Amino acid sequence: MATDKPLLQGQDLAMTFADRPIFSHVNFTIPRGAMISLVGANGSGKTTLTRILLNVLKPTTGKVLTSAGEQRLRVGYVPQFRNLDRDYPLSAEAFVQLNQLSHFWPWHTTKEKRQLHDILKETRLTKLAKTPLGMTSGGEKQRAYLAQALVNDPELLILDEPTASLDVAVKHELIGLVRQLNQQRGLTVLFVTHDLPMAREYTDRYLLLQNGQMTSGNAAALTDEMITD
Amino acid sequence: MFQLEFMRNAFVASTFIALTCGVVGVFVIARNLSFLAHTLSEIGFAGASFGVFTGLAPLDGMLFFTMISAVAVGEMATEQSRREAAIAAISSLFMGLGILFLSLANKSASYATNILFGSIIGISVQEVWQLVVLSIIMLIVMFFAYRYLVFDSFDSVGARVQRLPKHLLSILFLLLLAISVSIGAQIVGSLLVFVLLTLPASSARYLVHTVPRMILVSVILALAGVWGGLVLGYYTNWPVTFFIATIEVVIYLGTLLWDRRATGD
Ligand SMILES: Nc1ncnc2c1ncn2[C@@H]1O[C@H](COP(=O)(O)OP(=O)(O)O)[C@@H](O)[C@H]1O
Ligand SMILES: [Mg+2]
Repeated sequence: MATDKPLLQGQDLAMTFADRPIFSHVNFTIPRGAMISLVGANGSGKTTLTRILLNVLKPTTGKVLTSAGEQRLRVGYVPQFRNLDRDYPLSAEAFVQLNQLSHFWPWHTTKEKRQLHDILKETRLTKLAKTPLGMTSGGEKQRAYLAQALVNDPELLILDEPTASLDVAVKHELIGLVRQLNQQRGLTVLFVTHDLPMAREYTDRYLLLQNGQMTSGNAAALTDEMITD
Repeated sequence: MFQLEFMRNAFVASTFIALTCGVVGVFVIARNLSFLAHTLSEIGFAGASFGVFTGLAPLDGMLFFTMISAVAVGEMATEQSRREAAIAAISSLFMGLGILFLSLANKSASYATNILFGSIIGISVQEVWQLVVLSIIMLIVMFFAYRYLVFDSFDSVGARVQRLPKHLLSILFLLLLAISVSIGAQIVGSLLVFVLLTLPASSARYLVHTVPRMILVSVILALAGVWGGLVLGYYTNWPVTFFIATIEVVIYLGTLLWDRRATGD
């Protein structure tokens, strides 16, 4: 499904935090329509790299090119940490709506309502639409985060270790759903994880951060020895 | 009771106070700023007594002090724990300053009581107008910033990812909070404006689950408090503020119990 022109390209990226190098000489391409995993041990710089791709962090050197030149892509992001406590009041629906920013006036347009309806259906949240998010399970919360990231139709979806706190069945349900969106509507996905079996099962290719360097290959070829904590 | 001019003034003023505090309160709760709201009201006390000391109107003194502090807090350490410690220190200083200004101005203790605990008799038509205009300006600003403020307040992490201007939004909101504190203090007093800024919104979050509904419920509960307080105060001659605080606390405790039952634990 991937077409020739890459959606996103990292060129010679390096990141150093206060004299502590995290990685350097990082080169990679993310083809349009692909589902790619970004793997590596804890602290190897996976989140740092995604923050650079999101443009919230400036790399020490190097640059990120998109299919539209230097222009920014619309990116949907499911962050690694987002603790909503039990008292969190917004319903799943209201939480997803937060990311609808195409207008500033308080009420939502018919088009926005339709987009909301569609994404809730795709992420199987329709039944939970009115339930306060504080009262839902971990897997349901992750689906709401996913829906919020997708509601304004991004070109790239980045998931940062979304399965870390989920049990096995829920984890497969979530990433299976993402894979389905990837295959059905050609959504480009970067799946950050240190769960190698998940990466092997659901992604096409991998990017591996190890000892400050990046390597890549077919996800099927990932082996446990490749990550040493 | 509406034959009396001061009652009419108090009624109009408190209606607008309930409106702004009810709306702003929803964001105070979402942004976890109850503590700051409390501190700002103490700073407001110092501002009002500074006004008395220098001959400014108390409301202008309050606006002056709280808005400067709001910007200062916004520029201060972003780390939550350190911020709270700094805020606590500053608030003690301002309470002290408030008392100093009042004593320098040679005002009696009852004046301090009025500023701290509110007074419905003291408010003039002109002050009512000023308060109404300020409230309307605030509501207009909130209208235009609504979606951004809602996103940033209810999902800080998501708002950062979408590159919303968080710093600007934070300063803007702190200014709105400073203004609400200052105008709210005119009726309920600077110590209890905190009640109107936190309890109605805290109750609302247990009852409804979208932002527009939370705003609606919060405003209704704030109105119930101030209107109920004025009526009861009029007939009993007890302090209006006592009734407002009591009504809001009872509603809040009621919603907590109701929520327990609804969620089954
Ligand atoms: N803002 C920062 N300032 C200093 N060090 C940081 C910052 N962000 C991340 N780091 C450090 O960079 C390293 C990589 O972090 P991170 O990208 O979160 O790793 P991963 O997501 O792969 O677990 C860690 O050692 C972390 O402590
Ligand atoms: Mg990480």
